[in-house]
Amino acid sequence: MKSRSSLLLAILAVAAIHLAFAQGERMTLPKVVEAGSAFSIQSVGSGKAELYIIGPGQVLKRDVQLGEMTSFATGSLYNAGHYLAVLAGGSFTETGSFDVLAASKPANLSFLAKPSRLPVGLHDGITGAVYIFDGYHNLIATPTPVSFELSTSSGAMQKHAAVSSNGAAWTAMDSTSEQGADHFVARIGDVSSTRIVAQVPGDPCELTISARQVGEKVQLTTAPVRDCHGNAIPDGTVVTFTESYSGAQSTIDAPLKHGIAEVTMPVRAGATFSVASGVVMGNQIGWNK
Amino acid sequence: MRALKFLILSVGCAATLNSYAAQVAVHVEPVNLQGPRPLEDQSKAAVVRDYIRAWQSFDAALGQNRPELLDADFVGTARDKLSDTIQQQAKLGIRSQYQDRSHDLQILFYSPDGMSIELTDKVEYDVQVIDHDKVITTQRETARYLVVLTPAEVRWKVRVFQSVPE
Repeated sequence: MKSRSSLLLAILAVAAIHLAFAQGERMTLPKVVEAGSAFSIQSVGSGKAELYIIGPGQVLKRDVQLGEMTSFATGSLYNAGHYLAVLAGGSFTETGSFDVLAASKPANLSFLAKPSRLPVGLHDGITGAVYIFDGYHNLIATPTPVSFELSTSSGAMQKHAAVSSNGAAWTAMDSTSEQGADHFVARIGDVSSTRIVAQVPGDPCELTISARQVGEKVQLTTAPVRDCHGNAIPDGTVVTFTESYSGAQSTIDAPLKHGIAEVTMPVRAGATFSVASGVVMGNQIGWNK
Repeated sequence: MRALKFLILSVGCAATLNSYAAQVAVHVEPVNLQGPRPLEDQSKAAVVRDYIRAWQSFDAALGQNRPELLDADFVGTARDKLSDTIQQQAKLGIRSQYQDRSHDLQILFYSPDGMSIELTDKVEYDVQVIDHDKVITTQRETARYLVVLTPAEVRWKVRVFQSVPE
């Protein structure tokens, strides 16, 4: 009777061990590991085996003594992703999986800003997108607050707050009314990335000319040409002067020089002088002398 | 209905890609973009086609330990990391093969400047680990990938290729 009980217990014990191994209990895996952190894998049993950590981001292989803890030092496994852990002994192979997560602290921002040059005063004219990475260049997928700042040389600043989704955040900002090199910054805590955005004057605004007779000709001169925000239009911008007379027209293109354009045109009785630059029309002057 | 839900990828010119793609079920979720830039259907199709093709390169490169096979479809961080993995495998005498079985894709983000697209992919794949020509294990796995692609000369290339817990 006693021997039958012992046999039954032995069969149950073997069955229990087999069941445990079938359920994957030859090794205990962490469910998640933070990138670059130390971790360990516990195995059971006795004898030697090989432990593989396999993923697209990294591959590790260790000879292990079953029943002992296999430790992986800080910095051993640093690429985020899904990993297989394979424990291969002489007569068994057991497989499990775990995830390596990006470290929680951002270390690098990939900041795409566009355009690098644009006119002043454009609504949503400047866009920026940022991807957030940890120190191992893993994309940080957890929502993270991002600050976008656009500052002019005079210190005026626009600031937008965003929260990343799946590692990405974006913003759109108005170009300011002030020409110059603006600093466009994406910032998370003490990590930032800066792009320079050149803001140039917009189209001329309120183009006006004056006229005076010089000998047999009339000299036409613009007032200093500025955009609608008061920024000087760059030298070289073409201004077109037109003289209309007796159903005919004569035009001269002149570039801005030191902020103004100047031409001389023949005097014709009853002529009308006008000025334009781009799509902007200026005043007209009738000449009856 | 299920058959309708799954789109068997039939884009691509190369016969090899077509025969490969015929084995892979690809489902693309409706676009629900964050960001101001609309995504044209043509761009969407190109991104999906190029991403699925990248899996073929990924499988071949890690299965043969040939990093140069990554060049056509991967760039930047993704290429560097996969290339490093291949070097580690080669040093250890290991190869790994990643045969994708199905993809469930959703495009998440199209950057305002049009220079990057982010998508998520719930992918089912078989991974086989081979150590010195001995098959150690073959497992079917499911993972959610975050992928960032950027435009190159004639196609979109994978710049970030990273799985995240579901």
